[in-house]
Amino acid sequence: MSVRKLKQAALVLFSSVLAMTSSHAWADKVLNLREGVTEVSRNAYSLHMIVLWICVVIGVVVFGAMIYSMFAHRKSKGAVAASFHESHKVEILWTVIPFIILIALAIPATKNLLLLEDASNADVTVKVTGYQWKWNYEYMDGDAEGVKYFSALDKASNDARQMNSGIDVSTVPNYLQNVDNALVIPTGKKVRFLITSNDVIHSWWVPDFGFKKDALPGYINEAWTRVEDAGTYRGKCAELCGKDHGFMPIVVVAKEEGEYKKWAAAKKSAAAAEAAAAASDKTWTKAELMAKGAKVYGSSCAACHQPNGEGTGPFPPLKGSAVATGPAAGHINIVVNGSKTNPLMAAYGAQLNDLDLAAVITYERNSWGNDAGIVQPKDVKAAR
Amino acid sequence: MSTAHAEHEHHGAPSGLSRWLFTTNHKDIGTLYLWFSFAMLLVGGSFAMVIRLELLQPGMQWVDPNFFNSMTTMHGLIMVFGAIMPAFVGLANWLIPMMIGAPDMALPRMNNWSFWILPFAGTMLLSTMFMDGGGPNFGWTFYAPLSTTYAPASTDFFIFAVHMLGFSSIMGSINVIATIMNMRAPGMTLMKMPLFVWTWLITAFLLIAVMPVLAGAVTMMLTDRNFGTSFFDAAGGGDPVLFQHVFWFFGHPEVYIMILPAFGVVSQIIPTFARKKLFGYSSMVYATASIAFLSFIVWAHHMFTVGMPVAGELFFMYATVLIAVPTGVKVFNWVATMWQGSMTFELPMKWALAFVILFTIGGFSGLMLGIAPVDFQYHDTYFVVAHFHYVLVTGALFSIIAAVYYWLPKWTGHMYSETLGNWHFWCSVIFVNITFFPQHFLGLAGMPRRIPDYNAAFADFNFMSSIGAFGFGLSQLLFLALIIKCIKGGEKATDEVWEGAEGLEWTIPSPAPYHTFAEAPEVK
Repeated sequence: MSVRKLKQAALVLFSSVLAMTSSHAWADKVLNLREGVTEVSRNAYSLHMIVLWICVVIGVVVFGAMIYSMFAHRKSKGAVAASFHESHKVEILWTVIPFIILIALAIPATKNLLLLEDASNADVTVKVTGYQWKWNYEYMDGDAEGVKYFSALDKASNDARQMNSGIDVSTVPNYLQNVDNALVIPTGKKVRFLITSNDVIHSWWVPDFGFKKDALPGYINEAWTRVEDAGTYRGKCAELCGKDHGFMPIVVVAKEEGEYKKWAAAKKSAAAAEAAAAASDKTWTKAELMAKGAKVYGSSCAACHQPNGEGTGPFPPLKGSAVATGPAAGHINIVVNGSKTNPLMAAYGAQLNDLDLAAVITYERNSWGNDAGIVQPKDVKAAR
Repeated sequence: MSTAHAEHEHHGAPSGLSRWLFTTNHKDIGTLYLWFSFAMLLVGGSFAMVIRLELLQPGMQWVDPNFFNSMTTMHGLIMVFGAIMPAFVGLANWLIPMMIGAPDMALPRMNNWSFWILPFAGTMLLSTMFMDGGGPNFGWTFYAPLSTTYAPASTDFFIFAVHMLGFSSIMGSINVIATIMNMRAPGMTLMKMPLFVWTWLITAFLLIAVMPVLAGAVTMMLTDRNFGTSFFDAAGGGDPVLFQHVFWFFGHPEVYIMILPAFGVVSQIIPTFARKKLFGYSSMVYATASIAFLSFIVWAHHMFTVGMPVAGELFFMYATVLIAVPTGVKVFNWVATMWQGSMTFELPMKWALAFVILFTIGGFSGLMLGIAPVDFQYHDTYFVVAHFHYVLVTGALFSIIAAVYYWLPKWTGHMYSETLGNWHFWCSVIFVNITFFPQHFLGLAGMPRRIPDYNAAFADFNFMSSIGAFGFGLSQLLFLALIIKCIKGGEKATDEVWEGAEGLEWTIPSPAPYHTFAEAPEVK
């Protein structure tokens, strides 16, 4: 640890102590569970408050008795020990009373749980798939049927969160809580989520909706929400899913029905145009491919192979690597089909279209001093 | 000739390294366990310092996310398997024979082996951090497939280490059961046993029941990783949720393995310093047994969000909150023991009282977590981190420290330094709360666990928590100083040590001779 770092740490320590003692900083502290914006989350909140108060009351009684005893029954005050050490009456009493409290608690808890788990009669269904480390949303029905896209950490946060990036993270709006493409849902509609995973276990959690649900490979879990008010709601992956678990936020934008329909139509036509471009046999220039490839690399590859192409930990470098500078066929193969050997690499053939694949492969073959020629979408198509 | 014979009969401790390597003496082995666990406490604690350093402020400053994950993983594994469990086995070794009037443990050679496996297992576990690709980075709960298909190569060494730790625990618990069942002094009926012995007897049965389950889980991981099976791999027809069921069928009783002996320790200490018999001895025994039973049927409350059928969620919720009843009975009994006693507040009592209050706070958050529809909010957040640190640090660890203060004069023959001890106590109690109490707020505000970086909204409480953690970590060095000082010298301890102490261990000289109860005492 360098002297500069120590100094920096000391400064932060000092200024934080100052900040914490000022009342302004305390004003916007969140101390309690949020009420959220759905019936489920409001139920969870009220149940949380009930249990909390029960605990507080029991705590006051028990700790009160204990602390009273610690002051009143001390030897230095001349207390003489009583000799009682058994009472069936008391034992039964303090077994039965907690039991009754628990039953009283179990009734609302059961009701809320049944509501939370009832995803039937949904108006819209969205399939949510967890990937290391981003989410994929696919609309299964309704106005946006067929729309499908990835949602990953936004670029501003991603740049700032690199080790010693030099960017003051407090200047980044919604640091680590913002994505490039938010999930959009209509207000007032029961939206059902079908949650699954492409690799390891993730967990889809938006606190304002009042639940989280695990995304498991090989399973499809159900969850639902109904948001009354338009707005932006932020959440996070809640299950440890590897290196960048802390960096896969969730953003849900709830739109009024009319706005939602407009969004869906725009999204559909954009997707159609993109698909057409990818499928055309057009030959792209190196500059076009490099520009597109840089973007794809940033969202799909940089987390492991790093923005500088040098890799990290178990993830190999691409800079000067045999694959990225060798024959194009081998390079296309590993990107499209992935790798089963450690460290495991996802098969991007299923995630990206031919144009994106060609672009990112071209980018990898012509960056960081690599100079191994360009790859066209039709080369990828032929290799699939 | 006769003198030589007598010396042979009552020989003292052999000297040098071979004393410790080849020892079959329960006191030596107890000492080894306790020192090992203290060393692991410092190692696991230093990992916690790395975690808290990275979380001191938002942004990535010190370690990369992969190493951060290894730190959380190793911190958990080392603390559970290296610090807390061996410490309790150490206490069992020292105390059970002395409490039931036995000359030694029933299986002394196996006792030696169960200890000496530990340093090797621990070393192997720690060595994974220096291997290519880094150490285990999937959390101490090592959920598949993150720990199988997606794990670093060093995971196989982690699996072997867990197997060895399991062997050690199983042998240790067989020894405890054999000792308690066969070697009690005449008159020491089961319902006359000190509560520490009772809680350990029940703990030992839990260990024998669940350590093989853990061994099964890691063996399935091993074959999934190396021999082409697909127990946990959905692509091969396996089931990642199966892993969680198997793991928590071990894992939930495991948390009671780490707390039942703590209940025992506190039930020894409070009556001594209240100068009054333990209130409701038999209800304490029954409460311990019911907690042990319930611990087997609540495991899936760790998995409310995996998508179980709603009937399953209801069952596990009801069974879970039911544990509050026997646990409550225990706390009420401790308070009733203190009530109208004649209390003094020597250090063991201070630690035991801190245990009762802070463990109960951990129990409250446990009750909250048990309510399934709200657990969908709490799950995998810092609220959970706060909860299990309250029950494991201010619960299990505090009880171990209380036990050390309580029996240290018996072990060393010297009283500890009161001044140093008071510093240690007050620093620990204050800093531990600064560390873990704000984590409740962080969790409720929506901070997930196991993340190396966070939004500035979480900055202040994380900062507080880190400062508390550094303070708590450093405070434990006072404990080390106090123990070394106490071993080297100090005021002579009497045989009884504490005015209100009852039990066979207080009838023998201080320090306890190398061999005790060669002839069984009579218990009335």
